[in-house]
Amino acid sequence: MSDLSKAGTSTAEGAWLAPSAHLRRRNFFQSIAVNVMRIGTLVTALITTGIIFSLIPPTIELLGEITTQVFGTTWAPLFLPPEFGILPLITGTFVIVIIAMFIAIPFGLAAALFLSDYASFNVRRVVKPILEILAGIPTVVLGLFGLYVINPGLVEKYWPIGESVGYSAIGAGLMTGVLTLPIVASVADDALSAVPRAMREAGFALGATRREVATKIVFNAGISGVVAAVILAFARAFGETTVALMVAGSYPKLSLNPGDPMQTMASFIGFAGIGDQPTDSTGYKTIFLVGSILFLVTLVFNLLGNRIISRFREVYE
Amino acid sequence: MSQVSLESKLSTKRRVIDGVFRVFLTFSIIATLAFILFVLYTLWKDSKFLLSKEIVTNFPSNDPNDAGFQSAIFGSIWVVGVAALVALPIGTLTAVYLEEFAGKRNKLTSVIETNIQNLAGVPAVVFGMIGLAFIARGPLGWGFTVGSAAMVLAMMILPVVIIVAREAIRAVPPSHKDGALALGATQWQAVYRIVLPSAVPGIATGSILAVSRAMGESAPLLLLGALSFVTFNPTGLDSQFTILPLSIFKYASDSREEFHYIASAGSLILVVILFTLNFIAIFLRDRANRKSRV
Repeated sequence: MSDLSKAGTSTAEGAWLAPSAHLRRRNFFQSIAVNVMRIGTLVTALITTGIIFSLIPPTIELLGEITTQVFGTTWAPLFLPPEFGILPLITGTFVIVIIAMFIAIPFGLAAALFLSDYASFNVRRVVKPILEILAGIPTVVLGLFGLYVINPGLVEKYWPIGESVGYSAIGAGLMTGVLTLPIVASVADDALSAVPRAMREAGFALGATRREVATKIVFNAGISGVVAAVILAFARAFGETTVALMVAGSYPKLSLNPGDPMQTMASFIGFAGIGDQPTDSTGYKTIFLVGSILFLVTLVFNLLGNRIISRFREVYE
Repeated sequence: MSQVSLESKLSTKRRVIDGVFRVFLTFSIIATLAFILFVLYTLWKDSKFLLSKEIVTNFPSNDPNDAGFQSAIFGSIWVVGVAALVALPIGTLTAVYLEEFAGKRNKLTSVIETNIQNLAGVPAVVFGMIGLAFIARGPLGWGFTVGSAAMVLAMMILPVVIIVAREAIRAVPPSHKDGALALGATQWQAVYRIVLPSAVPGIATGSILAVSRAMGESAPLLLLGALSFVTFNPTGLDSQFTILPLSIFKYASDSREEFHYIASAGSLILVVILFTLNFIAIFLRDRANRKSRV
């Protein structure tokens, strides 16, 4: 209210000035402000253009050189002679992402349902920050935990198949799961909390228990938001670099055994980037080839996820 | 009374399933909290005997007895500070423009919005690649310096800042602005004097979270030479640098056991910094929420 009255006095002062000159000055000032702000939107467009233009030329150049080698089964682009079979990176990435989803989806959705249908206002005020703190743990710390605690303490001792070498895909998967849990929880919670109260009350009036309302009514009504949450978390896990590099190692082993060390697409970029590849070298171009795939896949998933969210908003808001 | 009789008609099976489900949900939350505490405990246990002034004031070293994080801490402050100085004003202005001035049903606006949303989901490491191609080398050729790294992090947090700032601006009741417009203010005056002041707590919360994300992020700067061994503090935008997350990474990849403890100590320092930032953000938001409810 005080803000309003302040604005009122300033325009009253304005009335003292010759109206036309004053108005002209105000409008001039506004047009400058608007144009300055337009530059900001230009910057975001420029970043996307920059990403695309940094990725495409080296990718096409390299693809022209290696052609069908991409479909091989050995990934060793930094060795002599280089080999570009990308299959080990694909299996490594998917093993780790799928393990991550096994953690993030059940725990994240449980947290979301708890927040939207079980927690009282005060409990919510405590639980929400817990999830935000989890989201705030830096990836390098989760990597460290995976490397020092999960790998030697769990994987080396209890993983039944194969010989452990200190790095494991399952450790990286678990830590990536922890990392993406808050994404699932917060996006799904937004969706489930937006389901109208009347739908819940109708369920209770028909004699449904709280769980029946939560799982059969709220969850089904908010299912598109839940799907979006999973898609966005998937994209995040797909692009995670540091955790995969620290916990799963940097050896691109073609294997489906989660106890083995593996390399993901993102962790290859990090690993090769450490080596400071000279511009136009094969290593440099390989980084951009893998980066293009990473960018495309995450782009598709993010587009899909955000689209579902915005459609969901239209339905309930 | 009627409730009691209804309750008793519930079959035992339904009641048991309900109870089990409630326990499962509560367990998930408790497990999450327990995990956070266990991570913190592990860091503390592995590093408490190292926590002294030296770990903060020493420079990186090959000798575990002299190793510390001074150049990494200053590097992080420099890089993240410059990134924030660039990204926060641009992000806020863009948010204001998109919320208050851009045509709402405009095709161009919706393309820009989709673009910003997607940028927020681009993997961090990809920003390192554009930094490598265009800023560190290529047309700008700034090399592996504080300036390049700051630009990369600024690009990374810009979409996040825009999204949270827009939400904060949208949360200001339209009636406030309408009142100012009715009194003869221009659109810009109404936004600058009425909408923005009310949105500041929300923008601040989002900005702090974005900055703390930049501070904890390590992947994009792997590509910009931040993993190098730097034994001096940055002196300007053209200095070489290392950052706290990557110097932790570097110590962690040393096979000698002593360095694992140093990496843990560094992690504890990083976590304390980030938690402090997060708590400030949560506190600001909580206070703003309470005010707006009164």
